[in-house]
Amino acid sequence: MAKATVRTILLVGLVWALLAQTVLAEEVRRYVVEGSKAAELDACVEPTERMRRMHFEFIKHQRIATVHQGIRGTKYSLAGCVDCHISYDEQRQPQPIDRPDQFCGACHAYAAVDLNCFDCHASVPNRSEDSPEAQAAHQALGLGPLGSLAQTHAGGGER
Amino acid sequence: MKDENRATHESTEHRGIDKERRALIGAAAGVGAAMVAPGVVLHAVQAQADPRSEPVTSDVRWGLVIDTAKCADGCSACVDACNEENGLDLQTKPGRESEEKWDRQKAVWIRKVKLQDNQTGRITNLPMMCQHCEDPPCVDVCPTGASFKRADGIVMVDRHLCIGCRYCMMACPYKARSFIHEDLEGQLTSVPRGKGCVESCNLCAHRRDYGEDSTACADACAAEGHNAIVFGDLKDPNSIISQLLKELSTRQIREDLELNTGVRYAGV
Ligand code: HEC
Ligand code: HEC
Ligand code: HEC
Repeated sequence: MAKATVRTILLVGLVWALLAQTVLAEEVRRYVVEGSKAAELDACVEPTERMRRMHFEFIKHQRIATVHQGIRGTKYSLAGCVDCHISYDEQRQPQPIDRPDQFCGACHAYAAVDLNCFDCHASVPNRSEDSPEAQAAHQALGLGPLGSLAQTHAGGGER
Repeated sequence: MKDENRATHESTEHRGIDKERRALIGAAAGVGAAMVAPGVVLHAVQAQADPRSEPVTSDVRWGLVIDTAKCADGCSACVDACNEENGLDLQTKPGRESEEKWDRQKAVWIRKVKLQDNQTGRITNLPMMCQHCEDPPCVDVCPTGASFKRADGIVMVDRHLCIGCRYCMMACPYKARSFIHEDLEGQLTSVPRGKGCVESCNLCAHRRDYGEDSTACADACAAEGHNAIVFGDLKDPNSIISQLLKELSTRQIREDLELNTGVRYAGV
């Protein structure tokens, strides 16, 4: 008798937990913006959960590696995030990524995170789409090399 | 006593490593070419090396040799090319500032300097930029570690650590550093820049990391047919720059300070 009650309670608990999870999952707002390359892809450079929790750690690590050790063409590059997550309006104009209705800006506004990165860093891409960082991100997703063969040099090439 | 030609001396010790590296690079390039086998076109288009994936090392020391005899009066090709490469031409004068003040205050990485010997009247032109000292005073005085020397000899500012105190600007004997006084817009992806930080020539660090051969200034000078600026590895005895240093009588500016600069001048 006592055993049966425990079982029922456990079962009810389990069902409740499952239901709660589905509800929660539906409540998670998505920030990937329509009209960005990311909107057409299935995955970020790391699993989405990991990106949400850890992206700033990845970027900061990348920053030191790039500025002090000259390491380039890696998937956590800040320029790489901008390349893939940037969205375009009807006139094909890129929308600054830190704007409160855009990818980084919207979530940071919601989470009350204030960044100054884009005081210095370009908030729209201004180099070719097949930059080494874009290539690295694509390869991280197992998508193989990006289409075009033409290589513009990385520094100040496209303006 | 410091050895003025430390760079050249060290090169002998590093010769072995350098050879090995070159061999490795050669092998890697071979593999790359083989893998894209049918893509002859791909191989031809991709003249540049892969972006750097290993930390920079002190196996190389980047530097410049400037032959002032070839530096033309009135030519500003190097300055213009530097401005464009590094987005310095994107700075705009704040309305309230006078032209004169703006000319003094806006960020520049290369200045054309004209020297006159008052006794003989001889005029020398030269481009002046960060001299990439082996013992940089800017690094000594920086309170946050923002001013640093990369392993490959490039002296630069980590803008993420810079608090804008400008001690480095005062410490620099070459007046090579600039401070960004205003908010900016439309920066280049490859050259971020913002208010409140110090910056200076970084020998086109992004070009180094993407395996390009030269700097914007040296390329522009060559395109003008002057070839007054030569960029290269001071530690590689076979590099053009090392050959030039062997032939020309070059000097370090303010060699009395014993900073062992990475930029050497001939004809001064
Ligand atoms: C004062 C200007 C300035 C600010 C503010 C700034 N950066 Fe940077 N950042 C730079 C410069 C200059 C570089 C060197 C660029 C290069 O060599 O490609 C750089 C490089 C980087 C890199 C490596 C290049 C890349 O695109 O991956 C990362 C990552 C980075 N910064 C992250 C950040 C983050 C995150 C913030 C905000 C918390 C930030 N930065 C704020 C100036 C700035
Ligand atoms: C090659 C394209 C690409 C690159 C590069 C890229 N992302 Fe993503 N990112 C995506 C895609 C696609 C998703 C959506 C994944 C999904 O649907 O679960 C995403 C999702 C995210 C999310 C979760 C968004 C949400 O709605 O919860 C964050 C945060 C994120 N990315 C941050 C970054 C940062 C930071 C960088 C740079 C280090 C970056 N991404 C680089 C494609 C990219
Ligand atoms: C899904 C929401 C979300 C998205 C999308 C997002 N971020 Fe964040 N980001 C956060 C949160 C939350 C924090 C604060 C984390 C903390 O402080 O623990 C944060 C913090 C950061 C930080 C560290 C700030 C600091 O001062 O330490 C950086 C840098 C950063 N984000 C960059 C980006 C960039 C670049 C993008 C766009 C490519 C982006 N984030 C997109 C949620 C997001």
